[in-house]
Amino acid sequence: MQLTYTDKQNAFRAEARAWLEANVPSKPLASYDTREGFEEHRAWERKLYESRWSMVMWPEHLGGRGCDLIEWLIFEEEYYAVNAPMRVNQNGQLLLGPTLMEFGTEEQKQHFLPRIASSEDMWAQGWSEPNAGSDMAAIRSKAVRDGDHYIVSGQKTWSTRASFADWTFGLFRSEPNSQRHHGLTYLMVPLNSPGVTIRPIKALNGKEAFAEIFFDEVRVPVENRIGAEGQGWNVAMATAGFERGLLLRSPARFQHTAKRLIELFKANPEMAARDPGVRDAVVESWMGAQAYAYSSYHTVGLVQKGGKVGAEASVNKIVWSELDLKMHETAMRILGARGELRGSAPEAVDGGSWLEGFLFAQAGPIYAGTNEIQRNIIAERMLGLPKA
Amino acid sequence: MDFTFTEDQLAFREAISRFLMTEAPPETLREIWETEDGRSPEMRRKMAEQGLTALSVPEAQGGLGMDDIAWSLLTQELGYYAIADSMADTAYVATGLLTALPAGTGLRDELLARIVDGDVRIAVGHPVNPLVADVHLADVILQAHQGEIHALKREQVSFERNPSIDSSRRLSRVSFQPSEATRLVGAEQGRAIWDQTLNRGALAVAGQSLGLAQRMLDLSVDYVVQRKQFGKAIGSFQAVKHKLADVAGKIEFAKPVLYRAAHALANNEPTAALNVSHAKLACCEAAWVAARHGIQVHGAMGYTWEVDLQMFMKRAWALDSSWGDRAFHTSRVAEAVLAADAPIGPHHSFGAAHA
Repeated sequence: MQLTYTDKQNAFRAEARAWLEANVPSKPLASYDTREGFEEHRAWERKLYESRWSMVMWPEHLGGRGCDLIEWLIFEEEYYAVNAPMRVNQNGQLLLGPTLMEFGTEEQKQHFLPRIASSEDMWAQGWSEPNAGSDMAAIRSKAVRDGDHYIVSGQKTWSTRASFADWTFGLFRSEPNSQRHHGLTYLMVPLNSPGVTIRPIKALNGKEAFAEIFFDEVRVPVENRIGAEGQGWNVAMATAGFERGLLLRSPARFQHTAKRLIELFKANPEMAARDPGVRDAVVESWMGAQAYAYSSYHTVGLVQKGGKVGAEASVNKIVWSELDLKMHETAMRILGARGELRGSAPEAVDGGSWLEGFLFAQAGPIYAGTNEIQRNIIAERMLGLPKA
Repeated sequence: MDFTFTEDQLAFREAISRFLMTEAPPETLREIWETEDGRSPEMRRKMAEQGLTALSVPEAQGGLGMDDIAWSLLTQELGYYAIADSMADTAYVATGLLTALPAGTGLRDELLARIVDGDVRIAVGHPVNPLVADVHLADVILQAHQGEIHALKREQVSFERNPSIDSSRRLSRVSFQPSEATRLVGAEQGRAIWDQTLNRGALAVAGQSLGLAQRMLDLSVDYVVQRKQFGKAIGSFQAVKHKLADVAGKIEFAKPVLYRAAHALANNEPTAALNVSHAKLACCEAAWVAARHGIQVHGAMGYTWEVDLQMFMKRAWALDSSWGDRAFHTSRVAEAVLAADAPIGPHHSFGAAHA
């Protein structure tokens, strides 16, 4: 056990910090759940990419830096410490990218990966359907083979920022009558294809944060398929484990929130006097965020020694989503009657950012696999309890 | 940056685990705990033969010279097998205290050598604990008195037993007459050593609590897999699954907190007190939740004396307030993280260690 950084790691940190301090926008970008904000975030991604900071773990020929996981953690710490913009293209960068690296053809890799790293292409995911949420294998949208095309019909939903994105990827039933996870094919579909209709869904914050995607006999070239026909489930699952669990929400994000919460608590001493329990809630938030950081460093250490991480990723997801909720609940408790004020309100605290975060925190235990599903995974795969 | 254990550390843990699995099954512990003194010289001797008592004694005194990091694994095993307080108090906490004494301090080297041999029991009387564990058989009691460190033979103290609901515990109220002859060091040196001893005691309890949590989880998993209702194993019901998944989550996330604290204590880092209190709270919480959910999924069986769960549950409840209760440790964390110049935020995963 050696808990100090090497000279190389310290130099990397210094380089990242210097670049971020010089380049992070001085005033916050508009919400990426709006068209205007989405494009501002795309421009920020482009800037990151041009200095090879958008995908630090990707190899150099794809615009990355070939960093290891420790360096990734360091980069994330620096990124959140300066309150840099939210990452708008995580679906492409964290879900599709690794899938293409493992299952894509050479042509697909060469074409798509650099465009993902630069966010020239922005990706929305197409997993959920109206009757296939937690039960994703109930997918019904179909892809019928027609020569060198698939004819895609059906409906996807809860597709984050699909109103603004360029592409979607998802699973489609390519064998008529196939059951569950059999007979599904993984396809990439341009959202400007004829036959695609997008209907935005307003989220809790009143913005068009996600959308339904309707496919009406959309022609998708066969070269947009990842992996073999009918093997889509395995392709999708292969990259659904540890990497996604850890990379999606780095500990730095929550350490930053915990720090802001401590500042908010200190700035409101009268609340500590009226509600003594709030101090413990603040302290527990710090402990939770810090535990997540230790856990990530520990896991990364095990992975670098060749260890495999499986169902533990589900523990991660539960921990960060419930921690985020707890931190924002605590902030609302401190803000009291000011908590409900929108950012536009003259008396809003911190530009309404706690309220915005509180609303988004409600989604954490639901997206990326509900926490109930995660608890089932832990019980069945980590503890070996029988399936229902 | 490498937040993992060495092969040696893991192998030692594995060896101790196998040994305790054979030598300390619940039925044996029940027999021992039902005796007046609650201890087995025979088991003690065998544990010494395994090298457990030599672990952190310096090599100069014949020990293995290992540190808090190795103990963060072994205390989990002591907890998992519900090994009574005397072992951790002697081999880990008292050994740390004695090692920290200035070279040449009376009794220091002699006691350390005897710890290696396994023929001495040492009780530690720190003011954070109102009662002292295992005084009744102690050969030596290390007692605080206004910051000074005193070493007393059992005949030199009077003690009154206070039975605990945890059958493994033997607690006593201790009174004694401090004198020149019993004093090892004065308050000037003693205070820092007592502070460090408190951290070590809390870390020992944290590790044991985590081991207890794992044991309760394992017992509960075994139970819900074989117990059938409505024609199927109750472990297939989501309400039961989710309770045990929560326990697994608490344990997984308490481990690295324990290891972080062990590293801080072993290396005398300025954040050691903060890290230890964090670990104590996280590990004891895991044990508390494991007990609550454990008894719930056991149903009425969990409320009986007969089913083994109770042995581990009661020990977890007892240790929750041992070596500093929740209020004590929460206050220490609050003081540290709410301080004006506290090293908090994403830059400070490991304290103020980098620029």
